[in-house]
Amino acid sequence: MMVVGASIAVLVTMAMAMARALLGPTVYDRVLAVNMFGTKTVLTIALIGFFTGRPEFLDLALAYGLLNFIGTIAVLKFFQFGSLGASGPHPGETESG
Amino acid sequence: MESVVDLALLGLLAVTAFGVLHLRNLVAVVMLMGIYSFLSAALFVVLDAVDVAFTEVAVGAGVSTILALGTLALVGTRQKRHAKSPLIPLLIVLVTGGMLVYGTYDLPRWGEPDNPVHGHVAPEYLADHVPLAGDEGDVLEVHIPNIVTTVLASYRGYDTLGETTVVFAAMVGVLTLFVGSRRQRRTGGPPADDEGGSGAS
Repeated sequence: MMVVGASIAVLVTMAMAMARALLGPTVYDRVLAVNMFGTKTVLTIALIGFFTGRPEFLDLALAYGLLNFIGTIAVLKFFQFGSLGASGPHPGETESG
Repeated sequence: MESVVDLALLGLLAVTAFGVLHLRNLVAVVMLMGIYSFLSAALFVVLDAVDVAFTEVAVGAGVSTILALGTLALVGTRQKRHAKSPLIPLLIVLVTGGMLVYGTYDLPRWGEPDNPVHGHVAPEYLADHVPLAGDEGDVLEVHIPNIVTTVLASYRGYDTLGETTVVFAAMVGVLTLFVGSRRQRRTGGPPADDEGGSGAS
């Protein structure tokens, strides 16, 4: 019952984030929507793991969380500097890849 | 409940695809493609293809987003309007899709145990690999504990070697392009500040 409620909540949130990504007036709305969507994907995978009785997919969900974070950082950095660090103020910084 | 989640994910996937087609702001399209990758990764997990899901998120949502944004920095973020009518491409797509769907009627039924694919070499691979109840260990041919690794690294070893070679060659090509553009920028030419995202390091 809990899992059902949680799934519905996550799906509704996904739909709302999708609406923001489609409508969003500024770029930052869309970036935030994608980040949100990644988080919801993590939660969906966790929930799928629980109602198929295979919660070992949780580590996959964790890795998604990390990738999502790095991806968002990279996209935002891109919007700030126009490239991935080559022309930024810290030339030695590494980027995601 | 599982089917409800599947249907909802597929519905969102369709909405995303139509959004990608409809929007003219290419940055928004790139963001929607990231969402598309996340959704298809979730669907791959539902289909038990966890490794494919992982690749989809790392490549689709991670690297391709960055590469596409790098491209947009070079070419601008507005899509031009097409003058031609989309009817003929739509017709071609519909006909091709219809033919593909028609082709699936000749396939063997999904999941039947006596399908051709299950009677060929798969039993041998499994028998070589999994020690049967009576025999203790001696039947193992390859001595790798994981069946997927066994198939990839031993039975299909040459195939995997070829794939790795192709990926390596592609990577060398991309790195050569990046190094060339960087050297050109250093030695002369117009000073391009924010050109050519060096997406590989």
